[in-house]
Amino acid sequence: MNNQNASPISDYHITEDGAERVTLSLSGGMDVTNAARLIELFSSWIKARRPQALIVDLQGVHYLDDFGALVLLELKYLMDEGQRTFEIRNARPEIEPLIHFEGLEKRAPLIKNRPPGVPVRMGAAAIRIGADIKYMVSFIGSVFLALLYTCRHPRSLRRDDTLYYMQKTGVDAVPIVGLISFLLGVIIAFMSAAQLRQFSANHLVAMLVGMGMVKELGPIMTAIIVAGRSGSAFAAEIGTMRISDEIDALFTMGFDPTRFLVVPKIIASVVVVPLLTLFSDLFGILGGLFIGISMLDLTAGAYLTETIRSITLGDVLVSYVKSLVFAFLIAWIGCLRGFQVRGGAAAVGQATTSAVVSSIFLTIVADAVFAVIQRYW
Amino acid sequence: MTSKAIIQVKNLVAGYGDDIILDRISFEVYEGEIFGILGGSGCGKSTLLKHLIGLLNPLSGQIIIDGEDSTLCDETAFKQIIRKFGVLYQSAALLGSLTIAENVALPIKEFTDLPPPSIENLVKMKLSLVHLEGYENYLPSEVSGGMQKRAGLARAMALNPKILFFDEPSAGLDPIISAELDQLIKQINKNQGTTMVIVTHELMSIFQVAERVILLDKLSKGILEEGEPHYLKEHSRNAFVKQFFNRLIEPAA
Repeated sequence: MNNQNASPISDYHITEDGAERVTLSLSGGMDVTNAARLIELFSSWIKARRPQALIVDLQGVHYLDDFGALVLLELKYLMDEGQRTFEIRNARPEIEPLIHFEGLEKRAPLIKNRPPGVPVRMGAAAIRIGADIKYMVSFIGSVFLALLYTCRHPRSLRRDDTLYYMQKTGVDAVPIVGLISFLLGVIIAFMSAAQLRQFSANHLVAMLVGMGMVKELGPIMTAIIVAGRSGSAFAAEIGTMRISDEIDALFTMGFDPTRFLVVPKIIASVVVVPLLTLFSDLFGILGGLFIGISMLDLTAGAYLTETIRSITLGDVLVSYVKSLVFAFLIAWIGCLRGFQVRGGAAAVGQATTSAVVSSIFLTIVADAVFAVIQRYW
Repeated sequence: MTSKAIIQVKNLVAGYGDDIILDRISFEVYEGEIFGILGGSGCGKSTLLKHLIGLLNPLSGQIIIDGEDSTLCDETAFKQIIRKFGVLYQSAALLGSLTIAENVALPIKEFTDLPPPSIENLVKMKLSLVHLEGYENYLPSEVSGGMQKRAGLARAMALNPKILFFDEPSAGLDPIISAELDQLIKQINKNQGTTMVIVTHELMSIFQVAERVILLDKLSKGILEEGEPHYLKEHSRNAFVKQFFNRLIEPAA
């Protein structure tokens, strides 16, 4: 038998004899090209006529593959449902093995794994969150140990990798951070100007933009951009290494994967993200200045003097320290999510998403903690 | 064998940019045979396979599959050509987010009008053919490498293609499972008349299943020998062919 001979079924004959016995004589080929049509045709015919016995005569069928067998199986199921007789006759020897339907005697839908009930899912989620927190704690421990080791043995730091990540996280992000911060400065100045003009307090726009950018928006915006650009990249990179066994390979070669993969990323982030934040502050102020000069009739000198008066060096330092902490959190959670990847490509995608969401969340939480500390300092 | 050629490769030049890997090679695969593409590492086996299944375009030359030149035709005609073959990739390439049954059902759902319950039955038949009954609802990551290969085979044959391509079918399988897969290949070839093209360097498999082979050569970028594997092992005059088939470290005298 050879499927090269396959041709669509050429003919079928239905003969009915007395006692509701129907003989269906088929000839030609039965395969993928006509299976769907034949199932529809014969099923609707059987449903309409409801014969007591159906005999399928395959004498003229010279080709039949599993699609053809499927047609016969569907007819058998239909007849079996009404406990009526179904019989196949005159199948050629080479077709015979295909129509035994072993293990398929009864229609049994594939049982999909049903989603478990709410209590089960809540319990599973609780266990998962517990395990996640445990892993986070142990991972932060191993990161600190690795950082400590690097401090004591500075030569062990993978310098090229660290420089590479500094470029990827820092230098490459300067244009987008600059642009977004500039626009942010423009928006703050523009929105506030409309209100402040009513009180002839245009010069306060400079203070608003300066304080807003340096104290809050600069560090947060930079952190969000870095989380989206670099946190996700760290998770995807380590996650892919995880599923292709590269991390296991590092381990068996005697490397500490944390020291090898995580330390360069964290050090690079902690060094460059605060600098990015300073850039962000600066571009935000420039955005405000642009609106101040073009719409509020302020001079550049007056605007900048007002800005300098409203921000202290302390504010800039706090901004710096904040973004240092944010940088650590983003790099740490990005690597953590990468290490947690189990399974296939989909898991890498989940890890990437989770890295961005968790790092933005942790950034905001840390920012809130900073706000409380500053309030009581 | 008197069958007609189902794949014809004529003066195929393949490579990446200026780097030519296969230089003017020609061969034919006949309908219903099990054909092996052999060669050492880096000789262009995988490149040749990628050209045969249309993933890469040749620098020059023709690849005619079942009478149609896949290098010249437009996109619609090419879609018709790829329906004629199935491919079992080295890593099985099952979609990780779908269960084994869903993986096999995917092409059937896309390219036939069968009602969903019939598709389920057909999937069961396909999976029982590769001895995977009971694993319908497992994810690929939950079963062994051998099972993934068999599921990949079931998916490759979902629409009963005329030709099946295998990329290193025994890679990563233990000898018993690999022998089972060889058996399965022979059985499907015998029962359904499917033409099989196997890219491999696994000698045991070649002697077990392949009826005819070509041996690619890295140096000449061409075909070193063509013929029946047992015959080549015993009678080839080429030193490298003897070395290859007899697993010798030094070239045969």
